[in-house]
Amino acid sequence: MSTNPMEEAPREYRVIGTRPIRHDGIDKVTGRAVYGADVSLPGLLHGSVVRSPHAHARILSIDTSRAAALPGVKAIVTSADLPEVRDREEALGEGSTNPRHLSHNILAHDKVLYHGHAVAAVAATSPHVAAEAAGLIQVEYEVLPPVLDVRAAMADDAPILHADLRTAGGDPKKAGTPSNVAMITEFEIGDVEAGFAAADEIIERTFDTAMVHQGYIEPHNAVAKVDPDGQATVWCSTQGAFDVRHLCAEVLGLPLSKLRVYPAEIGGGFGGKTTIYLEPLAILLARASGHPVKLVMSRSDVLRATGPTSGSHIRVKMGVTRDGTLTAVDASLAYEAGAYPGSPVRMGAMCMASPFAIENQRMVAYDVCVNRPKTAAYRAPGATNAAFACETIVDELARKIGMDPLELRRKNAAHEGTPMVHGPKHRRIGCAELLEAAQRSDHASAPLGNADGPRKRGRGFATGYWFNAGLQSSATISINPDGTASLVTGSPDIGGTRTSCAMMAAEELGLPVELVRPSVADTDSIGLTDVTGGSRVTLATGLAVHDAAQDVKRQLCERAARTWKCAIEEVRFDDGGVDSLVQDGERLSLAELAKGAGRTGGPIVGRATVNAQRNVGSAFGGMMVDVEVDTETGRVDVTRCTVFQDVGKAIHPAYVEGQMQGGAVQGIGWALNEEYVYDDEGHLENDGFLDYRMPVALDLPMIEPVIIEVANPAHPYGVRGVGEVSIVAPPAAIANAIADATGARVESLPMSPPRVLAALHTRP
Amino acid sequence: MSKPQKLHLSTRLNGEDVEFLCEARQSLLEVLRDELGHTGTKEGCATGDCGACSVILDDRVVCSCLVLAAEVEGREITTVEGLADGDHLHPLQRKFLEHAALQCGVCTPGFLVAARALLDRNPDPTEREVRYHLAGNLCRCTGYDKIIRAVLDAAAEMRST
Repeated sequence: MSTNPMEEAPREYRVIGTRPIRHDGIDKVTGRAVYGADVSLPGLLHGSVVRSPHAHARILSIDTSRAAALPGVKAIVTSADLPEVRDREEALGEGSTNPRHLSHNILAHDKVLYHGHAVAAVAATSPHVAAEAAGLIQVEYEVLPPVLDVRAAMADDAPILHADLRTAGGDPKKAGTPSNVAMITEFEIGDVEAGFAAADEIIERTFDTAMVHQGYIEPHNAVAKVDPDGQATVWCSTQGAFDVRHLCAEVLGLPLSKLRVYPAEIGGGFGGKTTIYLEPLAILLARASGHPVKLVMSRSDVLRATGPTSGSHIRVKMGVTRDGTLTAVDASLAYEAGAYPGSPVRMGAMCMASPFAIENQRMVAYDVCVNRPKTAAYRAPGATNAAFACETIVDELARKIGMDPLELRRKNAAHEGTPMVHGPKHRRIGCAELLEAAQRSDHASAPLGNADGPRKRGRGFATGYWFNAGLQSSATISINPDGTASLVTGSPDIGGTRTSCAMMAAEELGLPVELVRPSVADTDSIGLTDVTGGSRVTLATGLAVHDAAQDVKRQLCERAARTWKCAIEEVRFDDGGVDSLVQDGERLSLAELAKGAGRTGGPIVGRATVNAQRNVGSAFGGMMVDVEVDTETGRVDVTRCTVFQDVGKAIHPAYVEGQMQGGAVQGIGWALNEEYVYDDEGHLENDGFLDYRMPVALDLPMIEPVIIEVANPAHPYGVRGVGEVSIVAPPAAIANAIADATGARVESLPMSPPRVLAALHTRP
Repeated sequence: MSKPQKLHLSTRLNGEDVEFLCEARQSLLEVLRDELGHTGTKEGCATGDCGACSVILDDRVVCSCLVLAAEVEGREITTVEGLADGDHLHPLQRKFLEHAALQCGVCTPGFLVAARALLDRNPDPTEREVRYHLAGNLCRCTGYDKIIRAVLDAAAEMRST
C-alpha cells in the first residue's frame, strides 16, 4: 500500500500528541515484565563463558578435560564447534557485518584480540557449577604485544591484529602490507584551500575522546532450546530479533527457517544490543547437551566484551570571516573500531559539520583496529565525537570575532537544500528553528549568577545532527469481534514505541488507545522487521502501522458495502465507523462491523510492510548548559540544562521528552565521567559500575526539554526519529560552558577533574 | 569437591511466610529469582553498584545481590511484587506510570523499592533529598528527571490522603 502524505491537509488529532499510560507499564511497575534473564524452561541448564585474560595472544591449546569431568557439566564448546565462515560483508540493518569477524568475536579462533574475548563456553546444572567448570578449562596462550591507542595502532611498526587485513582506500603501494587501518574514506565538497584563503580567523585543534559504553542496566542474556529435529528457539535481550536470527544463521550455517527468535522485554540497548554474543553459544550448548541453556553476562563481561563506542583522535581546522561566515572546514578523524573493523567514523565525518552551511569541506576518516572490544552502535554512532571537536571550535571562532556563538550558528545554519560533505542535500530540517528557539528560551536570558570562592560559572551551547534511519518494518492489526484491536509489530520496544504505534493505530481507526493492544512478536509471527535503531521505530514501524490501519479501513468499507449491498464507492470510513454516502444517516460502527465480520467475509486483519528509506527525516538537537567549575579541584557540576530538539511531530510527547532527557544525561556522562581505563598490557581496569562511573540522580539538575516540531513532509504525521540525536551536543556544550566559566579549553573527553585542572594550568 | 550442603530457611516475603532451601554461597537475589520465582527484582551488576536488585530487608533498603540468602532467617523482605495491594497500585507505581518515569523498566523495581523506603521514613523530601536517597540506583534511559518528579508527586499525594 502506498502512502501519500500530501493527500491530506494538516489535521486535528484525537490521540496523537496526548500522553496515555504505556501498555507495558503495569507489568513494569509490578515486576511482572519478563526480561531475558527471567525466562525459564523445564530442564534448564546454566552457562558460563571462559574469557581471555590477555589483550592480545595466540591460543596454543585448550584443555577441557578437567571441566568435563566435573559433576553437573553437560556440554562444553570452543571455536572448533563453529563452522568456518567466509570473509565478506553482509548488509544488515543500519550497516553491514562481516560474518567471519562476527564468528571470531563470539569465540576466538587462533588469537584472542582483547581482554575478555570469549574462548570457550560451558553448560551445567547451576550457574555456580558452570562458573566452576569455566575455571577448570585450561587455555595456553602465547602473549603478544597489544596496541590500545588509535594513533599507536596507525604507526608503521604497530603490533598487527589481523595478518590478512589491508587498508581499503589506502595507498596502493601498501596494498600488500598488513595494517590495523581497515579503511580510509575521504569526503570533499567545494574548494577547501580557497575557503581558508577567504577566512579572517582560522583555528586548528586536535581532540581526543575516550571509549565509552552504552551502559544499559540489563546485561546481555540468551536462552536457547534445540529440538531433536534441529529446530532452534532463542529468547534474548535484543534490539532486533530478526537481526539475531540472521546473524545466528550466518555464524552457525543454518537456514533462517530453523531459527525462531523471541525478543524478551529489553532492559536498555542504545545500539549495544544490535549484534549477537551469547545467542549462538546458547544454541550450541543446547544442541550439545540436549537441554535448554541460559547464559547471562556479568557486568564485567558486558564492559569487557560487548561493544562500547569508539574512542577517537580528531583534528579539525575551521575558518570564519570577520562578519561571521564559516568559510571552510578540514578534518581528519581516526576512530577505534576495536578488535574487528567497523567503527562509526564515516558517520562521524558525515555528521560533523552538517548543522552548518559551509561551502568548502574536507573530511578524512580512518577506521582503526585496536586490542579493545569490537565497538557496537551507541546512540547516533560517531556523531558525538565529531560534534565535540567541531562545535567547540565554532564556539571559539565566535568568541574570536566577537559574535555571540548562538548567533554565529544561526547565521550559518543548514537549511533545506544545503549540501552535506558526503554529497546529499538536506531535506526539510529544523536546524534554524531550533537555534531560534534556543535564542528565545528562558534559559538563554536567565542570569548566570556568581558562585563562591574558587567556583566559576559558565554557560555553553552546542548542536548536533543525526541522519536517522528508515529501513524495513511489518505490522498487522487484527480487529477483534468485540471491536477492540490487536496490533503486532516486530520492533522491540525500549522507549515506549509499543504505545506510540498503538496511538497511531487508534488515531486512524477512531478507537480509544486503551482498546488497541500492541505486542512485539517473535520472528515466526510477524514479517521481517529491522532493528530498533536509527531512531526508526515510530517513523518506520509507525508508517507500517498507519498503512495497516488503512488496510483495515478498506476492509471495513468493503464489509459495510456488502452489508448494505451497495458499491464500495458509496461508503466512507470516518471516525471509527463507516458512513453510507447514499443513504443519509446510515452508519455502521467499527464494533458493529467487527461483530458481524464472520457473516461478511471472515476476520478483519490489516497488514502492511514498508521500506521507509524515502520517509526519513533527519534530526537536530541542541543543549544549553550552565556549569560550575571548581578551579581548585577541577570538578564540574551541571547546574542547569535545557535540551532542544526538532522532533517533526511528537506522537507521545512524554516519551519524546524521555529520549531527549535520557540522551542528554548519557552525553553528560560521556562529557564528564565515563571512560574505559586500560593498563599498559591492555587489561580493562574499570570493569564495573563502581568505577565506570555513570551519572546518578544526585549529579544532575532537572533536564528541561524544549520540543520543536518542524514536520517531516515525507511522513503522514510529520514524524522524525527522536531517539538518538540528544546525545550528540552535550560534550561540546559542556566544554563550551567550561571555557565560558574559566577561559580554559578542555580538548579531551571525559573532562574529568585532572583534565580540567590541566587545562586550567595551561590556559592562555 | 564435596557436595554443597543445603540450608533450610524461613522468612517473610511480601507479608507471606515462606521456606526455602539454598546453598551457603547463594545470594538473596539468586534465591528470590531462581528459588522463589520472584523475578521482579533484577540483577544489573551483582556488585552493589546499580541498585536494580534493591529490596527492603526489615526496614532498610539493601542490594539483595550483596546479602547472602542464609542471612534472612526470621526477617521480613519486601520486593517490588509486594508494593501493590492486590490490583491497587502503590501511589509510587501509579505516579511512575503517569509521569512516564520508566522506559526500559529494568531499573524500575529497584527505584520503586528505594523510593518506598524513603517515603516511609521521610514523607516530605526535597528534590535534593530524593536525588540523594536514589543516588544508589542507576537508570540509563530517563536521565532521572521524570523519576524525581514522580517520587515528589507521589509523596505529595500520600501526604494529602
